[in-house]
Amino acid sequence: MPSDHLTRRSLLQGSAAIAAAAPALVPTGAAAARPTAKEGTGMIPVELTVNGREVHLQLDPRTTLLDALREHLHLTGTKKGCDQGQCGACTVIVEGRRINSCLTLAVMHDGDKVTTIEGLGTPEKLHPMQRAFISHDGYQCGYCTPGQICSAVAVLDEIAAGIPSHVTPDLDKVSLSNSELRERMSGNICRCAAYPNIIAAMNDVAGETKA
Amino acid sequence: MKPFTYSRATSVADAAKTAASTQGARFIAGGTNLLDLMKLQIETPTHLIDVNHLGLDRIEPTPEGGLRIGALVRNTDLAADKVVRRDYSVLSRALLAGASGQLRNKATTAGNLLQRTRCPYFYDTNMPCNKRKPGSGCGAIGGISRSLAILGVSDACIAQHPSDMAVAMRLLDAQVDTVGADGVARAIPIADFHSLPGDTPHVETALKSGEIITSVTLPKPIGGTHVYRKVRDRASYAFALVSVAAVFGKDGGGRFAFGGIGAKPWRTPSADAAASSGAKAVAEAALSGARTTHHSDFKKTLVERTLASLYRQKEARP
Amino acid sequence: MKFDTPATTNPIDKGRVVGVAHDRIDGPAKVTGSAPYAYERHDAAPNAAYGWIVGSAIAKGTIAALDLRAAEAAPGVLGIVTHANAGKLGKGNYNTAPLLGGPAIMHYDQALALVIADTLENARAAAKLVRIDYAPQDGKFDLAAEQGNAVKPPDGGFGGAADSAVGDFDGAFAKAAVRIDQRYTTPDHSHAMLEPHATTAAWNGDKLTLWTANQMIAWSVGEVAKTLGIPKANIRLVAPYIGGGFGAKLWLRADALLAALGARQIGRPVKVAIARNQIPNNTTHRPATIQRIRIGADKNGVIDAIGHEVWSGDLPGGGTETAAMQTRLLYGGAHRMTAHRLATLDLPEGNAMRAPGEAVGLLALEVAMDELAEACGVDPVELRIRNDVQYDPEAGTQRPYSSRKLVECLRAGADRFGWAKRNPKPGKVRDGRWLVGMGVASAFRNNLVGKSGARIGVDGAGKVIVETDMTDIGTGSYTIIGQTAAEMLGVSLDDVIVRLGDSRFPASAGSGGQWGANSSTAGVYAAAMALRAKLAEKAGYPIDQAQFDDGLVKLGNQSQTLAALAGREGLWAEDSIEFGDLDKRYVQATFGAHFCEVGVDIDTAEVRIRRMGGAFAAGRILNPKSARSQVIGAMTMGAGSALMEALEVDTRFGLFINHDMAEYAVPVHADIPEQDVLFIDELDDKSSPMKAKGVGELGICGAGAAVANAIYNATGLRLRDYPLTIDKLLRAQTA
Repeated sequence: MPSDHLTRRSLLQGSAAIAAAAPALVPTGAAAARPTAKEGTGMIPVELTVNGREVHLQLDPRTTLLDALREHLHLTGTKKGCDQGQCGACTVIVEGRRINSCLTLAVMHDGDKVTTIEGLGTPEKLHPMQRAFISHDGYQCGYCTPGQICSAVAVLDEIAAGIPSHVTPDLDKVSLSNSELRERMSGNICRCAAYPNIIAAMNDVAGETKA
Repeated sequence: MKPFTYSRATSVADAAKTAASTQGARFIAGGTNLLDLMKLQIETPTHLIDVNHLGLDRIEPTPEGGLRIGALVRNTDLAADKVVRRDYSVLSRALLAGASGQLRNKATTAGNLLQRTRCPYFYDTNMPCNKRKPGSGCGAIGGISRSLAILGVSDACIAQHPSDMAVAMRLLDAQVDTVGADGVARAIPIADFHSLPGDTPHVETALKSGEIITSVTLPKPIGGTHVYRKVRDRASYAFALVSVAAVFGKDGGGRFAFGGIGAKPWRTPSADAAASSGAKAVAEAALSGARTTHHSDFKKTLVERTLASLYRQKEARP
Repeated sequence: MKFDTPATTNPIDKGRVVGVAHDRIDGPAKVTGSAPYAYERHDAAPNAAYGWIVGSAIAKGTIAALDLRAAEAAPGVLGIVTHANAGKLGKGNYNTAPLLGGPAIMHYDQALALVIADTLENARAAAKLVRIDYAPQDGKFDLAAEQGNAVKPPDGGFGGAADSAVGDFDGAFAKAAVRIDQRYTTPDHSHAMLEPHATTAAWNGDKLTLWTANQMIAWSVGEVAKTLGIPKANIRLVAPYIGGGFGAKLWLRADALLAALGARQIGRPVKVAIARNQIPNNTTHRPATIQRIRIGADKNGVIDAIGHEVWSGDLPGGGTETAAMQTRLLYGGAHRMTAHRLATLDLPEGNAMRAPGEAVGLLALEVAMDELAEACGVDPVELRIRNDVQYDPEAGTQRPYSSRKLVECLRAGADRFGWAKRNPKPGKVRDGRWLVGMGVASAFRNNLVGKSGARIGVDGAGKVIVETDMTDIGTGSYTIIGQTAAEMLGVSLDDVIVRLGDSRFPASAGSGGQWGANSSTAGVYAAAMALRAKLAEKAGYPIDQAQFDDGLVKLGNQSQTLAALAGREGLWAEDSIEFGDLDKRYVQATFGAHFCEVGVDIDTAEVRIRRMGGAFAAGRILNPKSARSQVIGAMTMGAGSALMEALEVDTRFGLFINHDMAEYAVPVHADIPEQDVLFIDELDDKSSPMKAKGVGELGICGAGAAVANAIYNATGLRLRDYPLTIDKLLRAQTA
């Protein structure tokens, strides 16, 4: 790397700081155990709260939130389908909102709360949406599924919060309908195409929530 | 992605100054377009200035009765904003027609204006593309061009501007507020914000080195019936083949802006002037100077049809 | 176990577990993200380095110079694999182009190097620093231009003979009262499964383990052995979860080979995923076709002459898209011809995608049938019923169908869909801004069977364990295999543990050609029969009298628990099912009828599906819940092929230019509203002891044609070049 690269490292605020608290969740593949050969890129400390647990990472700034989850924290439930924001498999909930974790850098989320599929439920203690996906067969190969479920959970919240969509007839009257669910879930591609089953699962959960 | 350094800007002035003084620096906000392009090394910043924490995320009324939209307001929030829904619903509609819920949660107002083309030759770094690599030629001319622009194009580039939001902004005569590296603020009318390709398709906006968008200001509401119609083969999560933003006045007048067909969000005074004469006349005026390929020729028909659909929709309303 | 006579009553007929709708047993793992896919094996291969593939920037030619210095010097780089240092590589039987190219380059994005680094970020960045100078050569990329140069391909493969002829087609067609003679085209399609091709590779001495996304474990062990020149015994493939395949993962691909080579080079595990935007050009696709269909019928629509010719292209040594195959079997008619012709193209290699042949063959044939129905003034459902045939129309009555319920599907499906409400006159039904139309198409897909083995055991706790290298690519294999074991041994599904996708388990038929479900459960049936015999023997009961219920082996009012019989050691049996010639003596196929209602915008020609429905006969439906999902998923893929899916060929540069998921559009939630599936009761005793047939591909067969026919009914516009996009509809309308 050219020397000006090193100079620019000085721009990094707090780049010299070392993660303060002991990690609550020790990432086995974390940066500390992974020295970069040769010059490398300046590592940046990042603190996240993932599924309620604080984690401290030293990351190459190029690391996406998705790769931080999958490769550093070994939370592989969040999937990489396209890495280009074109499929939705990487959907996670950050600060209460669903986003594509492939199109955001982990360093941009220092201090943020992240919920992944692992944080919604476990095989022993399923989230209602996870249970509904099973009972409605809202998946096939399972690869888009964590993203679909994170999206589905967030979509019901978005509707409850009155956020309109492309198919909302009156922007001021947001309500739950199949066409609303389909439109809002369209950023999550399922090539196995369990689409109607996913919508059925969401209706199920929405009904439960209402009741 | 090429290696880069990263910093969080602490103020707008600081951001602009750092950007101007650091060769290869870029601002990052939502990142939904920039990071995709960085992975492909279509964008190769050496330094990223994170502007997400500058507090530019407010929507406020202006003394003139308009609305100032912070550069960092997320697409979801802008579309859902009460005032925008009420007074500028064409903007809400345009935003909601774009991308996906996840992307709208992250993508920002300023970032959307700066969104780069979806031309597949721009995206494939092995292909010639004057926009990506000046002087390398245009792969799209003579290639696959169904989705590409027919207005404002040049012999060097037929890339389309992909934004929906910017089309509504163009319709509403928004102005883009910036601060330059010297700390001086300026306002750029949206009509002048995006550049046409000409011989320099890599130059896409009027922004100068280090200049940062701080907000987008809408003039006071113009009333009328707001509509946005986006036409695409896939029902959602797809870029427009043609989109039309329109506001119809009670007096039979109207104004129109177009997406999917222009090298930039497209609007012509003559099309607005033809509003009372109906869809065909508006289309004819809007399409003046259109240059199509054998793949994109249908877009002329589709513009007229989409306008016809809007007129029909308008008539159907009480 | 040899299956060469029709099945009689057997334990599966009990229908206590098999044939009953069950939630997937792999569901909890999938919905919680705890199911490990190939790139996620931190557990099995910690410390894996990251490989990034460098693809060719040209379609044809050679590498003139390869300069790795900058890449090698880049941060974190651990090694680079190229043809120059990979050692001698063989080529697998199923690959057309070498998976690692160089110096010769056979297609765009053919892998030319693998850059390995300590992090993904470093590997991806360093890959961009590999400098390749090319010596390009001219290639052929345009199927239409090469149509005249296409040749008759060699017979063989899944398709059988390239040509077929019965009677005097030309004479009968010339004399027919009603004639249809049309040309149809279908574009190249991309599988676009959500999980990219991905592999983690690790060597232990000369032993190689590949955790890999692969549908066909046993095939691919052989392919790895052949390509690397190492014994099969030294290779282990593991694929418990696969994120979709649709044919893309039938083969050994570059991810697996390069991960293996990379891991060997750096002496550390390496993982490789093919980047999404590399997939369309680096891997396989469904080839484009040009098809000509001629049908001669009497005034009542009864077919006398039917001809189907297909042109497709592939790399030298590649294969045909066998799109005329179903036309040999689907409808009657005394005079018949089919022909496949293959052009040489220098595009990426073509290969199987969900229902190869039928999926695109029916996009043409079933539109031609719609055209015939209109020309004769016969209802399209009725037309198909009139041309039903209960035997192989090329071979004659001596080769009947094992079971064929097309007519039942058409009738029941029409009824359920409300077909009677369809206005046969196109362009007459309006709903707001939408022109509304309905379409129908027959579904037809061959039933293929293949040898399949399994091992089954009972442990000391009475749990039943099944092991087979069968894969579950979303098809529901885990559950139907579990159901089969539960049924056979008289336990509940909760008491069965199913382990799949590991080459250490007995070789199965694998997942492809919709042969997997029937063949692999039949293999489990065979192994379970062997285990029942062992259990009965241990219990001291005659096997022909022993009953297996409630976790017990019973004889009259005596019983012993499976757990006790198994003992601490457990009791195991292994067998496989081998199929005789029942599929030669009988035609075995699955059938269905697709119905679709579309709306077409009166101004913009946007097409939106309003509802889809269908009735299907595919033998015993092992798990109606997952089978329905397979069918609706395939219907959606069929809708995609009708409305949006096309790899666009740039014939100057020789590549698919729209090589990502934004530009290669597949249906999203908003495209797919209501879908209804009815399974027609059917047991096919000549298919297997399960009396089941495949169902995973049937749903795509004809689905797109039903959409196309609905568009015609809505608008009166007959388009024959897929996909039926807005630009084509507008051009047809203004022409």
